[in-house]
Amino acid sequence: MAGITSYGAYVPLWRLSREAIMKGLLGEKAIRNFDEDSTTMAVAAAIDCLKGRDREAIDGLFFASTTAPYKEKQIATTIAAAADLRRDIITADFSNSLRSGTAALRAALDAVKAGSAKQVLVVAADCRMGAPGTDFEQNSGDGAAALLIGDSDVAVEIEAWHSLSNELHDIWRRDDDNFIRSWEDRFIYSKGYIDTVAQTVSALLQKCNLSSDDLTKAIFDAPDTRRHGELSRKLGFDPKARVQHHLFDVMGNTGTAYPLMLLVAALEEAKPGDRLLLTSYGNGSDACVLHVTDQVEKIRDRQGMKGHLATKRIVDDYRTYLQWRGLLTFESQPTLSGGNISSSAQWRDRNQIFPLHGLKCRACGGIHYPPQRVCPQCQTKDQFDEVRLSDKKGKIFTFGADNLCTRLEAPRVTAIIDFEGGGRMATMMTDRVLEEIEVGMPVEMSFRKLSSQDGIHNYFWKSIPLRS
Amino acid sequence: MEGIKDRVAIVGMGCTKFGELWDKSDQDLMVDSCHEALADAGIELNDIQAAWLGMACIETGFGGVRLARALKTDYIPVTRVENYCASGIEAVRNASYAVAAGIYDIALACGVEKMKDSGATGITQMGGEPHFSSWVWAPIVAPARYALSATRYFHAYGLSPEEGRRLLAMIAVKNHHNGSLNPRAHFQREITIEQALNAPIIAWPLGLFDCCANSDGSAAAIITRPDIAKNIRDDYILVKGLGISSGAGTQGVIAADYDYLHTDEVVRAGQMAYNEAGIKDPRKEVDIAEVHDCFTIAELLDCEDLGFCGRGKFKEDIEAGTFDLGGEVAINADGGLKCFGHPIAASGLRMLFESYLQLQGKAGPRQLKDPTVGLAQNYGGIPGGGVCGVAIVGCRD
Repeated sequence: MAGITSYGAYVPLWRLSREAIMKGLLGEKAIRNFDEDSTTMAVAAAIDCLKGRDREAIDGLFFASTTAPYKEKQIATTIAAAADLRRDIITADFSNSLRSGTAALRAALDAVKAGSAKQVLVVAADCRMGAPGTDFEQNSGDGAAALLIGDSDVAVEIEAWHSLSNELHDIWRRDDDNFIRSWEDRFIYSKGYIDTVAQTVSALLQKCNLSSDDLTKAIFDAPDTRRHGELSRKLGFDPKARVQHHLFDVMGNTGTAYPLMLLVAALEEAKPGDRLLLTSYGNGSDACVLHVTDQVEKIRDRQGMKGHLATKRIVDDYRTYLQWRGLLTFESQPTLSGGNISSSAQWRDRNQIFPLHGLKCRACGGIHYPPQRVCPQCQTKDQFDEVRLSDKKGKIFTFGADNLCTRLEAPRVTAIIDFEGGGRMATMMTDRVLEEIEVGMPVEMSFRKLSSQDGIHNYFWKSIPLRS
Repeated sequence: MEGIKDRVAIVGMGCTKFGELWDKSDQDLMVDSCHEALADAGIELNDIQAAWLGMACIETGFGGVRLARALKTDYIPVTRVENYCASGIEAVRNASYAVAAGIYDIALACGVEKMKDSGATGITQMGGEPHFSSWVWAPIVAPARYALSATRYFHAYGLSPEEGRRLLAMIAVKNHHNGSLNPRAHFQREITIEQALNAPIIAWPLGLFDCCANSDGSAAAIITRPDIAKNIRDDYILVKGLGISSGAGTQGVIAADYDYLHTDEVVRAGQMAYNEAGIKDPRKEVDIAEVHDCFTIAELLDCEDLGFCGRGKFKEDIEAGTFDLGGEVAINADGGLKCFGHPIAASGLRMLFESYLQLQGKAGPRQLKDPTVGLAQNYGGIPGGGVCGVAIVGCRD
């Protein structure tokens, strides 16, 4: 039987304290840094999921989001490049629905069952925005999850599936909307969310000849804590005992990644033999029954939800959040003139940029970055092997913090890092607090958006203080 | 290889005031510096048979005609040269080799830059990258590059950030003192260590007074053979050594074992020039050295790289006054880049101008006692991808 063979997740380091939005609000929500987007978060979750895996064996990648940074340019290919996968694989983007994550999961499952692929990576990421002053602003968070689907050493079998579609304008965004739109609460939640999910689950359980009592735990995505409780009780699950915690107080609703992130959180606690119910909602509902096997014990060493939720820094100034979202801009000073991003240069450098390949010289063994045809150590020409540096940890050799930079970055920290195993790289450092940086500090690499210019989102790796 | 020692002489020099020269274009500055050099040499424009223009700033794609049109030379060969911050010394080098080869009798080298027309504070462009690129690299522009060395220098020699910053402040104080004695400098006032320490941070750990200014300026030199020089003036000076070292990517930022405490291009260019000049002990034999203090830490590293003090020993020397006007080697006697700013291609020639004045006994309140050997050094780019120029001049026998 096909199912989940590995999982991963990513929650941004930064949490906006809800009190910063409005006095009296509780908890925090996960917010991406100014240099993160759905693509970069997806890369982080994917790499977490692929820990210890042979990346050459992955033959499919499906990406799901409602906040892809392009309307016409595949994101799955970017993630595949950054994750250093082969090129002869199936890639596709699933978009436009909060159900896209589970839709991608279903498609991956079908692909493996049909024999079109052996190992498909499903990655979902979202960073939706609610308009300032709305519940959506308070409730939505940013994050990503990844599931590897295969048919051997399956840790979580997906036993049954049911879907219902629901054509309705309840919660939506047009292609040029920044903020979530919705119709009146009582209507949308009764005729949309509650009704549809309830019907889907009911049909699924009937299909399988199961009752809610046969399930160890339910995993429900939900628009807010109130509907989460309402749905749980309606379906016969005590929200305090047999339902995966909704994480609104520490993370928020992370859009199409949300059901998969909650699933990962549940799997981190699940025991072999557990039978789980997973639902999602977005113009319809997907529901499935999952059966946990003993293989689940072998895939626990991921950062996942636990590791990422535990490492955090609080943003307690609402203006910082607004700046990071581009909702509040300061007049910018002249900064680097740079040049024009050349697509052909980017393509030529693709292995250096996306999977961060350096070179190891066959003559002297020295590793260097960026790749040079002539070895900087022994001057041997064209005798090298490519070596992936993106998953290597390192230490800071020296650093500086330049105030002549864009206001968002200020200051721009340049850190020279020495990779374990060899090789050195001049990096920009993000997710850092200046006063805490010191020579010798351990770091790892994170895929980020450097800039958007000439109509291109320019991605590259930055160093971050060690999070894992 | 023969070397350049004593084969060419400088018989005239000019140097404009450096500063925020809003009402002077690059053409105006070239006319000012070159005509001052001609007047100093007592020769006419049409005596010049070839000219080299150093102009490095941001723009590219224009030639030597920029100088020719400004001066209205009579269809002589004029070539623009560019080698980052060593462009001025590169202009002198090209003119010197042409004269030494016997192709021309009298040549002109001029450096000029209008930094203030860019509207930006500091150098905004990353050197070394082609205009079209993937633009992913960490932008290690000037302050950042030197901040990296400062952080590492403090760490390597056991200096706390406070001790380290204080050491750098001493360099700024020394150079401001020298600049206060120089009517051509952009900044002519003294500063204190406290002022330097309390100034805003530009690129941690470097503060405002650790950074040289952004300024406009121009300087020029007239170069000929010694046998012709004898008929022009008695106190001509001789070129003793010229070195240019281009960063090779075998050290510096790419190398896994680069220590950030030295710059190979500077060491190598220094060695080339010292070998040509026959100098074995720079600290003893060089009287005045104008080194590239774009940042205070740069002056420190340059002094160690050029052999004016041992590795890690700069602190004891500057505290002992070794590098003051009255010390063993006067470093940046005219106020340095600190007080003149850095109009890129003009700096090397401005540095030579100070040695020229000093060797002729015309440096006024900055005059050293009987100097006979002067050095000028510039460095541009990042280690492993930078270029250093060193020029050594001396009195005639």
